[in-house]
Amino acid sequence: MRRLGYSLFVLIGLSIVVFIIARLVPGDPARAALGPRATQEAVDALRARLHLDKPIYVQYAYWLKSVLQGDFGESLFTRRPVIEDIKEFLPATLELAFFAGLFMTFFGLLLGVISARYANTWVDNVVRVLSYLGIATPAFVVAIVLLLVFGMYYEIFPTIGRLTPGMSYPPRITGLLTLDSLFTGNLASFWDALKHLILPGISLSLGGLFQEARITRSSMLENAKKDYVGAARAYGIPERVVFSKYLFKPSVIPTVSILGLDFASLIGNAFLVELLFNWPGISRYGINVMLRKDVEAIVAVVMVLGIVFTVVNIVVDLLVAYLDPRIRLVAREE
Amino acid sequence: MSQPLLDIQNLSVRFRVYGGYLRVLDGVNFQVAPQERVGLVGETGCGKTTTMKTIMRILPQPPGVIKGGKIIFKGKDVLGMESWEVERMRRREVAMIFQDPTAALNPVFTIGEQLFDAIRYATGKEESDHRFLREVAIRALEEVALPDPARILTNYPIQLSGGMRQRVCIALALACPKELLIADEPGTSLDVTIQDQILRLINRLAEERKMAVILISHSLGVIRDWTERVWVMYAGTVVEEARTQELFAQPLHPYTQALLKCVPKLTGEGIAEGIPGRIPDYFDPPSGCRFHPRCPYRMAICSQEKPRLYGTPTHHVACFLYQEERK
Amino acid sequence: MKKRTVWGKWWYKFSRNPLSVVGLCMVCAIVFVALFAPWVAPYPEHAGPYVNYGEANQPPSLPHPFGTDAFGRDILSRVFFAFRSSLLMGMVVLAIVVPVGVTLGLVAGYFKESWLDILIMRITDIFLSVPPLILALAITSVLKPNLTNAMIAVSVMWWPWYTRLVYGMATSLRNEYFVQSAELLGASKFHILFREILPNCVSTILTKMTLDMGWVILIGAALSFVGLGEQPPKPALGTMVSDGARYLPEYWWMAVFPGLAIMLIVLGFNLLGDGIGDLFSLEEA
Repeated sequence: MRRLGYSLFVLIGLSIVVFIIARLVPGDPARAALGPRATQEAVDALRARLHLDKPIYVQYAYWLKSVLQGDFGESLFTRRPVIEDIKEFLPATLELAFFAGLFMTFFGLLLGVISARYANTWVDNVVRVLSYLGIATPAFVVAIVLLLVFGMYYEIFPTIGRLTPGMSYPPRITGLLTLDSLFTGNLASFWDALKHLILPGISLSLGGLFQEARITRSSMLENAKKDYVGAARAYGIPERVVFSKYLFKPSVIPTVSILGLDFASLIGNAFLVELLFNWPGISRYGINVMLRKDVEAIVAVVMVLGIVFTVVNIVVDLLVAYLDPRIRLVAREE
Repeated sequence: MSQPLLDIQNLSVRFRVYGGYLRVLDGVNFQVAPQERVGLVGETGCGKTTTMKTIMRILPQPPGVIKGGKIIFKGKDVLGMESWEVERMRRREVAMIFQDPTAALNPVFTIGEQLFDAIRYATGKEESDHRFLREVAIRALEEVALPDPARILTNYPIQLSGGMRQRVCIALALACPKELLIADEPGTSLDVTIQDQILRLINRLAEERKMAVILISHSLGVIRDWTERVWVMYAGTVVEEARTQELFAQPLHPYTQALLKCVPKLTGEGIAEGIPGRIPDYFDPPSGCRFHPRCPYRMAICSQEKPRLYGTPTHHVACFLYQEERK
Repeated sequence: MKKRTVWGKWWYKFSRNPLSVVGLCMVCAIVFVALFAPWVAPYPEHAGPYVNYGEANQPPSLPHPFGTDAFGRDILSRVFFAFRSSLLMGMVVLAIVVPVGVTLGLVAGYFKESWLDILIMRITDIFLSVPPLILALAITSVLKPNLTNAMIAVSVMWWPWYTRLVYGMATSLRNEYFVQSAELLGASKFHILFREILPNCVSTILTKMTLDMGWVILIGAALSFVGLGEQPPKPALGTMVSDGARYLPEYWWMAVFPGLAIMLIVLGFNLLGDGIGDLFSLEEA
């Protein structure tokens, strides 16, 4: 509960920061909206209507009020209310981000565990070298290599968009194509949508994946030296159980705690990767509005992604607290 | 001595570190008879814990490397055992209590969960008979005089005090009957009154269950009060072995003599003496007798040859001073 | 053991991990070609608005190891020059971010639970509540897109990491005896913050700075990738990748080599940073 309240506070703070950034734009937004040939009276009228003639904190209050009502203003780029754009584009990004996040967590843990299990053998060395390369390669470079390999030479996975043209779109329930098509029993569309997720998903998750693998490996090797692992063996608990339970659980805590950070870089990278894969998500939309200085839309995109990221962080915190009684119990006593 | 329960012969262990090896154990010999209470004394870092972890086959490898020697437990070499035999030994025959109870309890599982696992595998009840596990677990906690065992089962280690954790560790180790208990500095991290309670508890359990006990300590007082026979270790070697009373009455090895002088006495005058010199470098240990650089009686031979154990059936010492007189 | 000089000892420790040495060599090589780009690059004039359609779209060959771009410019030469703006960005951003972030972290950590602590750390949390790349993109886009504004935007996003890092260390160090004894001796707050606490954080900060050189350069490349960094015709690694991506897959070298160059920089600083981190952790052991 405290955590929720604090997140709310942080989001309000974020809205202030974003609002200030939006007002950094040189020039008069009213003048810009009406064009150079509009009369001074018309501009003043618009200024009054947009509350631009009031002090900045009053402006902020008006803005916050409309935002809370779901009104982010109108996009200069699409000529629609921004909120409509968000509704249209956000699900695609969420779907991609969740897919990439799951992929990252699962394979990151798997590689880390394998690497720790076979520490200092060739398996471990291969994983470690791959990790260094994977962490250092920017997502958009991975994306380009994948585009090159799969777009040109092996056309196993599609490289553009969310669904093959001509494929029937499932009715919109959650906006996540894979889930929607699954709910409506449209298996053909489900597979197609899933295939479209693979390449952008891999591009996005690779950096975080290897980061996770590295942290899992080092925390497992670190914990393997702890007395409680030796003690578990000394009680006669079989090696298999010692490794997969007594060593594994304490070791995944650091891995899970950095999930939030990895998810942040994942969402950030989505901005570039969506562009390359022509993914109709909010990040591609974000780049387009940024390049057009579409301030209302930029603000909305940043705020919405801020909210998504905050929710992810809350989930990660809950997960860590679930795994680690030390954190859970201390938090309760406070 | 009759057929020993445990017989360690010439055990050598090294730790691999950057740029070489630490020769942590150098030919350790050590015996325990059935139901005997044996003390093992020596400075911090002299290899007591390493020896015990090697017996349990839980020495982390790497960095540890077993260079040689045998650990005969009930006629079978532990170092040559298959992993299922080692597991059976840990479940039925040998138990170990670790030095730091906080480090020895897994922080992310409840006491109950850890205890249930230990009991499940020790009793061979692979299928989870929850009623049975709970019964045995509660009995084990009662045995170590913990109040409100049902509540403790649901607790995590951080919710318990240091003394309670130590008791839980004992319960975990002795939930099922064993023949040998290795107690590595039990209660050292706790205050003296609680340490005393813990030692009483171990002693009581050992008597009730007819267990042999290896009590490791760097406290001579503890050794004197609770053991029948003592082994003194210095820098990875055994330097002296005797019946407890005999050792305290007449220490033979110069190191033991120095060690006894270090104990501050409540009566009598003078302050405790230290031992001059430093603990040797395991990277490049002294040749021959490892104590010779600090020894007030050193001779030419001490730096050339490693002394073997000389002495009477009840008192052995690894020192050339006694080579002649007690052959 | 043999006696060594202080530097010799450090080098001995550092060189025990071959990967650290590889990282050091990579970083040195990159800094070298960036510094001496006008002399090392085969075609220095290609780093500007040079056009030669006769040479356009050439695949990698001996005269053009990385091939040429759509304007006939040598990609290798442009990569060398692009290293300059990348490294410049990394250094400028760190030069802004480290003093600010570290000072705020020290102050907040030392005056724990005062209003200063609350104010600073709340603001820090606000900035950490959005993925850094997103806000950096937003800031650069509302300002004018160019290298300076990209550096400002990244700096605005980056200081909170140092604040949080130093905050954690300062809160634990403030209870150490050496700090308390300095307090008892009546040392000034300034002395305690910068002479007692700061020196104990230097190793961690230094390690993070080395790693961050790579990450800042990566973010800079991401900004220029979408056209919000160094503006053409000046070469920037991100711009080269995104321009090249338009010619995929036929003219693959246009995007792949600048992409590899980014990877090498980040990898180099990562390996070096890990090496420096090991150095300090071994020192303590």
